[in-house]
Order: sequence, then structure tokens, then C-alpha cells
Amino acid sequence: MPQIEAEGFSFTYSGSSSPSIRGLSLEIEEGEFVLLTGPSGCGKTTFCRCLNGLIPNFYAGRWEGGFRVCGLDVSKAKTHELARLVGHVFQNPENQLFSLSVEREVALGPENLGLPREEIRERVEWAMEAAGISGLRDLAPYELSGGQQQRVAIASVLAMRPEILVLDEPTSFLDPKSAKAILETVAELNEELDMTVILVEHRLDLASRLVDRVLVMNGGELALDGSPREVFGKAAHLLGIGLPKVTLLFEMLREDGLEVEIPIRVEEASAILRRLLG
Amino acid sequence: MIEVEDLFFRYPNGFEALKGVSLRIGDGEFMAIMGENGAGKTTLIKHLNGLLKPTRGRVLVDGLDTRRASVAEISKAVGLVFQNPDRQLFSETVRDEVAFALKNFGFGEEVVNKRVERILRVLDLSEHADTSPFLLSGGERKRVALASVLVWDPKHVVLDEPTIGQDYLQKERLRNLIMQINNQGKTVVIVTHDVEFVAEAKPRVVLMSKGAIVGDGKAEEILSDRDLIERASLVKPQISELIDSLPGKGLPRNLIDAYSARSAILRIVRERHVAGVP
Repeated sequence: MPQIEAEGFSFTYSGSSSPSIRGLSLEIEEGEFVLLTGPSGCGKTTFCRCLNGLIPNFYAGRWEGGFRVCGLDVSKAKTHELARLVGHVFQNPENQLFSLSVEREVALGPENLGLPREEIRERVEWAMEAAGISGLRDLAPYELSGGQQQRVAIASVLAMRPEILVLDEPTSFLDPKSAKAILETVAELNEELDMTVILVEHRLDLASRLVDRVLVMNGGELALDGSPREVFGKAAHLLGIGLPKVTLLFEMLREDGLEVEIPIRVEEASAILRRLLG
Repeated sequence: MIEVEDLFFRYPNGFEALKGVSLRIGDGEFMAIMGENGAGKTTLIKHLNGLLKPTRGRVLVDGLDTRRASVAEISKAVGLVFQNPDRQLFSETVRDEVAFALKNFGFGEEVVNKRVERILRVLDLSEHADTSPFLLSGGERKRVALASVLVWDPKHVVLDEPTIGQDYLQKERLRNLIMQINNQGKTVVIVTHDVEFVAEAKPRVVLMSKGAIVGDGKAEEILSDRDLIERASLVKPQISELIDSLPGKGLPRNLIDAYSARSAILRIVRERHVAGVP
């Protein structure tokens, strides 16, 4: 059974005249690392809000078709059930952190699950270790840099041991070096724990090398679905998706009449040019 | 002209965010301020419209000392758009939001309406004029915040992270818009982590680290300088990484964007062709 399953799914926010997601059908299996991208307003965030039941429990609107997460019908599931299964990391960590120490922040989720003390301690240690913030445990989140704060947000979600990790533009407030490190940590979590990851990102240069599958949404519909190579080769730029710059460069060189393959990584591009330039 | 002279700033908690920054921003200049999270970029630009006053040193905006003027006074000349649009938006509709400042400056209804409609069109927001800003996507809200400042036509425009949450097409439009207002003679200062955006727009780049300026020059020089880039927690543009991986192939070291790399590669290929190298 697929872990995430949408079938002819549409959602229209109350007060809005057109659906934010229309006729979406797709399946995502356990352990996949999926990049979700598309132009501003295409339905990416709406999709993420369905995964943990923020839609329809917090955001009201018209719901059509089916949307199941880990076998639960999201239109009927309780938010606390989905919260155990789906961890959500938001764009701006400042909006998510409120405790006075990192350790307290990370412990909050498991405490609310009513777990035994020992298990809470174990989970908190593990989550801080996995997110690379064990050294920061006694600091207050507001004393940390943006990158560290985002790691705390990730740890506090990991401590719930979710089946699915959803990150909605987790790096946009971070400097590029911290952004790269965060995405690499997420890739490790996906690899080592077989945790399903849904990553919403505009920074394709950083993300495209890490993911298994790319979904492109446009106007509320699923426009493209495939491996990074398939999707970036299919004129994704016509949909307002920024191609990795090396891909763009080689597309232009091809238009200029050079017979070159289209790379999606710097290493591939470098090898092709080395041959071309002798 | 904006002149920053030996500026020091210490927050009430004792954190010294700026340590002797001197900077001269000429009328009509286009400048990007870059650097790691916490480098002092946002603290610096909050001095440009007098939101923060120097602990030591001074800031002159068109000769006016910001310590002796109110924010309202300086704002007529310097329009500042914040990083997080939610700190800035409060009206019921996009149209009211954008009209707010103009009404406060005492413009007549007809002028207000005309200017508002124009700026909404330019920023691709006309269809959302009667929508609440809070029903829009993150990228759209960001453009509303931008519209609400550009509409009063300040001589100097300062944008904190304008590309966050913007997709590729919107970034292109934003770059064109920035170029356009810059060509009209306005000073444009952006704070950004978006190296690819800067690599294509090619402004003067001021690099900050730990409260001080560590680099100041053309985008091509700064973004291709590995030591400087690492010091400021940035990553090099993908094209610059590609060029670095191909030493001795006759490619200029300071190429940072796909368009100039394309010309350089084509030139080499053609020269070889003419010289009869297979």
C-alpha cells in the first residue's frame, strides 16, 4: 500500500473562488525522497497542509476526492493521530520555536504523547544527535543562528519519530552554507532511517542532486512527475521552474548547435566540457 | 547619496552587531549586501531609514543625519521592505494595503488609485486586488509588501531578502523590475543569500561577516573568490564551481552565470574550429 495516496483530490479554501489543488492523483511509497516544486501559488503548501491534517481541520474549505496518509483518510482523521505520523518543518523556524532551552523544545512533542520518562529522554538524545545539535542543549532557541534554529525545529519533529518528514522551504531563511548542510542532514535521515521525505524547495541547485523523485505542480495540478533527470529534461522551465544553472548552460549550448548531453550536476557538466574542450 | 561612517551598533542585550562599518552608496547605485546569518546585514539596513540609530558613528541620507530625523521623515527618501511580509501587512485587502502609505502622505484619491493600480499590474497582483493579503501564498505576500513601498516612489529602495519564496519566473520578473527602477535612477540595495540571483543581476557586492565589511567589489570578482565566499558562509554560483573544475581550458576565472559561460565556451570551440583542431 502506498504511504501517501491522493485520488482525484481537489481542495478549495473558504473565501477563494478557485481550487488550490485540482484533480490530483498520485502515490508516494515509504522511504522515497521527493522534491515538490512549482511556481508560487501552485498548490505546494496546500498539499503539505493535507499531509498532517491542517487541511481540513484548521483551514476550512471544500474537499473533493480521496487523500490518505499511512492508510488514514485525512478528511476524517484526528490531527493528533496524523501528528504522530507526519512531522512538519516550516519555512521560518522562528514561528515554530518557543521554549527556553533547546532540550525542552525537543522534549515537548514526546511529552505530549504521554510517553514514559526514560523513552522521552532517549528520543530527545537521539533527535538532537541526528539533527547535529547535541552541543546546544542548554541554549535558548532565540540565542541561536537561523541554521541552528532550523536544526532545532527538525529535531523537535524527529523526536516524534514520524513516518513522514515534510519540510516546506526549510532553507529559505538560511545562508547557503547552512542550507546545504541542512539538506545533507535530511538526505542522511532519509537514507539511514528509511524515512519518507517531502521537501518543498525553490533551490533546485542544492536539492536536485539529493532526491529520488521530483513532482512539479502548476495551477493546482500535478504537471510533471519523475526522476530529476526526466523532469529537468522535460522543459520544466516552461512551467516557471528554475533549472540548475549547469543544465541551463548546456541547454543553451545545444541550441547553439553543440551536440552535448544535458547534465544536472556540476561534476557531469565538468566531465562533458573536459571532453569538448580537450 | 547614503553615507555610513564608522558605524557601531550594540543591541540592548549587549550584542555588538556592527563593528565599524563605513560605506558610501551613490545615487542610482545597485548594490547587494551578502553574508552569513547574523553577519549584521539587516541591522545595517535598518539604519538606512533611521529605524535603528547608531551607537557610535553616523548615517547620512542625502545629507540628513538619521540621529536627528524621524523615521517618517527619512522614509520619504528611503523605502525599506522587510524580509518577513507578515511583519508588515495588516489591511483587509491588497488594494488597501498598497494604498495605505500614499493616503498617509496626503495624496488625493485619484492619484492614489492610479498609482496603486499601476504598481499592482507591474507586480502581477491585479487579480488579487480585492483579496485579503493573508489568503495569498508566501511569494505573493512578499510582492504585496514590495508594492506597498514602491508605490510611494522613494528615491532609495532597500529590500531585505526579496527573492525568498519566489519561483523562477517571479525572480526573473523581480530582477527585471529591480533593473527597471534602477534604470529610472533609483538607488536599489538588496540584502540576499541568493547567489544565483546576484550572479545574473551583477550588482556591486558588499560582503559582510561578523559585523564588518570583508569584501566590496563587482559581483564577478567577489562571487568567484573562493576564500571570501567561504568566509561569508556563501556557496559559489554553480557556474563558478564548474569553471573552477576546468583549469587550463582557457575559460576566464570570473565567469559566474550561464550566459557569459555560454559565450566563452562557444568562443573557444569556434577558435579551435578555425584553427583546424578536431
